[in-house]
Amino acid sequence: MQITNRSNRILQPTKPWFVYLSLFIALLLDYVPAGDLSSVLPDWVALTLAFWCIREPLYISMGMGFILGLLVDVGSGGPLAQHALAYVVLAFMANSLARRIMWFPALLQALHVLPMLLIAQALMVGVRMLTGEGFPGWQYFLSSATGVALWLPLTYLLLLPQFQPVDRDENRPI
Amino acid sequence: MPSADFQTHPTFKRGVLPHVRLLIYVTICVAMLAVDRNFHYLESLRTYLVTITYPLRASAAEPVKLVGSAAKYFSELADSQFKQADFERLQIENAQRLLRFEHLEQENGYLRKLLGMRKRVQTHSVAAEVLYSAPDPYSRKVILDQGKQEGVEPGLAVVDAEGLIGQITRVYPIQSEVTLITDRNQSVPVQVERNGQLGVMSGTGQGGLELRFVLADADIKAGDRLVTSGLDGKFAPGLPVAKIESIERDTSAFARIVCKPLGGVEQSTRVLVLSRAELPPPPPKPETGEPPPPPPLAAKRDPGDGG
Repeated sequence: MQITNRSNRILQPTKPWFVYLSLFIALLLDYVPAGDLSSVLPDWVALTLAFWCIREPLYISMGMGFILGLLVDVGSGGPLAQHALAYVVLAFMANSLARRIMWFPALLQALHVLPMLLIAQALMVGVRMLTGEGFPGWQYFLSSATGVALWLPLTYLLLLPQFQPVDRDENRPI
Repeated sequence: MPSADFQTHPTFKRGVLPHVRLLIYVTICVAMLAVDRNFHYLESLRTYLVTITYPLRASAAEPVKLVGSAAKYFSELADSQFKQADFERLQIENAQRLLRFEHLEQENGYLRKLLGMRKRVQTHSVAAEVLYSAPDPYSRKVILDQGKQEGVEPGLAVVDAEGLIGQITRVYPIQSEVTLITDRNQSVPVQVERNGQLGVMSGTGQGGLELRFVLADADIKAGDRLVTSGLDGKFAPGLPVAKIESIERDTSAFARIVCKPLGGVEQSTRVLVLSRAELPPPPPKPETGEPPPPPPLAAKRDPGDGG
């Protein structure tokens, strides 16, 4: 496993417990009641899910998206399966584009992720408009932009355990 | 040649194709959305999920509450002296009103006894605190810290010190969800306090209120107070709800009436959940030689007609 497919650096294999822990923390962050800021803050679960769907398409896919979506729906108080639908589609897109995206540097990866997040949000707007709710305003889509802006730091944060050397050197801890 | 030789080696098996899995999941999601909207089969699943995620959500809300209460502490410190003066003045005013109220209550009880009406049942109430507002951007809902265990039920009215702010729509074991009166899908049957004109008030979804389906020539003016009419049998009659801000009478049959909530909708943190108002008893059968009691509104208008 490398940082991107062009990189020469070989990373340690992904640790499953770290993947689940990061998704759990993302869910916790989604549950934080942000009030008026909620349209600006990124959808942490969608972002982390997209990340792992791209890095580990064989392990993290639509099933995880479905379960996480239901849990987010419960916290938001909206109709059940609204986020689940969006995350399933998001996971499918990230899974199927994973092989391609891994050839790009992180900034170009972010450009691939942006339309995925927007499509997931548009799906949710569509679901709500079908059930008779009004359009929430364009600032609703801002959270995708802030999420994508965090793609680079998120990549390094989530790959941090894999940057550890195999043989630990006391003189060089990292 | 036997076909078994061409079977895929287990190493290369990939299970169900991704497109098929996507189709299956999307179908499940759409079915759940439809069922959740039209029927209530999924409420038990929701209650289950809400209960198991409660520790998660509570711990996620804690830091926000801490920041909020710290900010509130400092702003209130400066504010409290002004408020105290206000409260002292209010108390004196209220004491007089209270005296008059007690007098009226006695008189009312006496009159009711005379009419042979059953005494109105005192409504029971539960004090609750608003934990946070639901993050769903399409609706106006808040979460309270009291649930089924304290006797909260769906449909009950939620008030603060100034007036009605919403209605309980979902009840979980230790929490409940309030749909605020400013939500698009929330309606409250109201009447004008001044003359008893009935109407239905709905939220606009943008923080405002509208009185709908009132004829353009109805006797309503800006500044009128609206109270609950109690016609739905859910809200106690007479709870203050809103004040009329502006009325537009154009060519259409109905007036466009914009109202402002009296209670601190979307601001109050301490609220009361009022239990169901008892329906007024059915009018007694007219007995021989005794006329039925006149309806109260007719009695109110009589002196004006006579003069």
